[in-house]
Amino acid sequence: MLFTALCLTFIVFFMTNLYPNLEKLAKSEGNFRMDDAAVQTMLSNRGYLQPLPVKYGQWLGVMPGYIIEGTDDKTRRRCQLPAMALEDVPKFCGILQGYWGYSTVFKAEVSSIIATRLSLTAKLMFWVMLLMVPSALLVGVFAGMREGSRTDRTLSTFAITTTATPEYVSGVIFIAIFSSSAFGLKWFKGTATKAMEDANLENFLLPVITIALYGMGYIARMTRASMAEVMTAQYIRTARLKGVSFRNIVVKHALRNALIAPFTVIMLQFPWLLNGVVIVETLFNYKGFGWVLVQAAGNNDIELLLGVSVVSVIVVLVTQLISDIGYVYLNPRIKVT
Amino acid sequence: MELLSWGEIISRILMQLMPVWISLVVLFILSIMYKRKLGLYGKLFDSTIGMIGFAIVMFWVFAGFYAGALDWVVTHDPLSQVSGMKNKVPGTPMRGAEENEYAYFLLGGDTLARDVFSRMIAGSTVVIVIAPLATLFAFMAGITLGLPAGYYGGRLDTALSFAANLILAFPVILLFYLLVTPEIRLTGMPQYMAAVLFAFPLIFCTVLINSRLYIVPQKRNIVLSGALFVLLMLYISLINEAGSKITLFNAIDLFNVDGGLLTVFVSVVFVNSPTVFRIVRGLAMDIKTRDYVAAAQTRGEGPWYIMLWEILPNARGPLIVDFCLRIGYTTILLGTLGFFGLGLEPESPNWGATINEGRKLLSVYPHPALAPSFALLSLVLGLNLLADGLREESLKD
Repeated sequence: MLFTALCLTFIVFFMTNLYPNLEKLAKSEGNFRMDDAAVQTMLSNRGYLQPLPVKYGQWLGVMPGYIIEGTDDKTRRRCQLPAMALEDVPKFCGILQGYWGYSTVFKAEVSSIIATRLSLTAKLMFWVMLLMVPSALLVGVFAGMREGSRTDRTLSTFAITTTATPEYVSGVIFIAIFSSSAFGLKWFKGTATKAMEDANLENFLLPVITIALYGMGYIARMTRASMAEVMTAQYIRTARLKGVSFRNIVVKHALRNALIAPFTVIMLQFPWLLNGVVIVETLFNYKGFGWVLVQAAGNNDIELLLGVSVVSVIVVLVTQLISDIGYVYLNPRIKVT
Repeated sequence: MELLSWGEIISRILMQLMPVWISLVVLFILSIMYKRKLGLYGKLFDSTIGMIGFAIVMFWVFAGFYAGALDWVVTHDPLSQVSGMKNKVPGTPMRGAEENEYAYFLLGGDTLARDVFSRMIAGSTVVIVIAPLATLFAFMAGITLGLPAGYYGGRLDTALSFAANLILAFPVILLFYLLVTPEIRLTGMPQYMAAVLFAFPLIFCTVLINSRLYIVPQKRNIVLSGALFVLLMLYISLINEAGSKITLFNAIDLFNVDGGLLTVFVSVVFVNSPTVFRIVRGLAMDIKTRDYVAAAQTRGEGPWYIMLWEILPNARGPLIVDFCLRIGYTTILLGTLGFFGLGLEPESPNWGATINEGRKLLSVYPHPALAPSFALLSLVLGLNLLADGLREESLKD
């Protein structure tokens, strides 16, 4: 897993440090009419033109940061924040030492930006999970309980429709219906900017529902399939023949076995939810983690983008690990050998 | 002239779509008449859900085809701006309409005073061309790598699976933002990736033909060289672009693909192929234990013959179902790219970009964003229903 994380961050590092990206960075930091030579000196003075593995090592914190005596007679060190003496700069400074870099767009340290934005997104995700998981499981269990019945047909069609509605479609439809003057309902707010400090039903429900809906269909379908499979098992028939009521069979016998598969799916849903978060935060102007990703990528803010990708890669890998461990825990038939 | 009522708007739209309805009816009558002779496709017409899904999908296919190739269904040019039609509500008569022009903006005008209805229809052309093609390429890559990984196992499998998991662990949007920028295009990276990814169909077809016909060398040489010639020409024309990084074979460059389009195409294929790889690998691992594979091995068939002519045809059921689902997913991905303004030119009528443009004035004029939203929703829904119907029917055998 560590190796995967290293590979992934290296790929992002490589992509963001391609020369045209650096050139754009130099021009937006300096001025836009710089000629090629000026760009070159500016970049080399700031250590951007070192060989890629060296830069990656420094960024990671396993190699000492550069000290470059620039052509403009100014000595620069890596991690030197504005208004910081040369001697105070630590020798090793990278992700491992907790130095995440300095954002050129927000003019602040990357670690603090990510921390605040991530907590905002965590709030969003908490409500999404709270809404999505129980309702998805409920829909799935009710649909799979009696396969082929009318309830099953209706709920399955609903689940298929939600999987066919990406966030940018459902979000737009919700805003148009519930908050536009053209439809005149105006029940909810079309933006969630205010929800960052003070979230209430009016400004937070639409973004939460928008993300939850897309993920829900998939989980519901998985639950339905797994429930339907369990309901045809021998031990359910035995219970039925013994005279156990249908309700008790579902709740006491079938449910636990049926929930093993959806658990994995819910965990693996996290990377997808990240997509949804980016779209919804852009659409509703909720300035969380996804919004920062768009800002960083759109404005070529290399260090911020790297920080964002490190966090998202870690999130993805950790959820994969949790899903593996949880699977073993839930399913006694599988043992780690 | 007055504003059209909603009844009139709907009936006019239905009229405007007449060629599509006629084609749909003809297609359904023909298919139902001959459904017993058409294999899996014919069986689709036994399931209501599958039929509904197929109808929706074919609706967009016909609409996109007629609009793109014959210029039929659309009422106005999707790119031209008409003065005085900015943000007009659906059913507004067109100001200063000429004799030969359509007199109404059926679904209103957008912020740049273009006809929303025509843009919606024209957007389907982009989707129905790119989405299935990109999915096909992803399948070629996934199959070519997944079959040997599942069949041989061992180190090859470990290495390929690791690479696939690496791509899958990437958040898709981050990948898009890294791949689909004008700066990256300057480095030629998308073209190099295209050169690798588009080579898979070549390899696939070569191996497919060779493993079947190597016993009759004469026939093989003719078929193989013919197929390779066509494919190579296409391959070179696709990856080659004058004035970019790959200009090796400019002399035989048949057609030019817009750089932005190529980048979008490549990144969508790149994102999709690892999932296909995993599915094919799983299927291959399952099927290679069957008796008919053992029989082929005993006969002394080569490994590629077994993979492509024994395992692959027997894995077709799940693969066809996944193909439909994946076209839908690709459509969503294309919309996402458009929504973030990546790739295609901003004025092109693709649905994602139109939604993105329309959302800025959503609370006042929702119609420019709603039309493409419902279009995308219905197409993906149709594909999902179609996949569901196919799955049901293919499980019945």
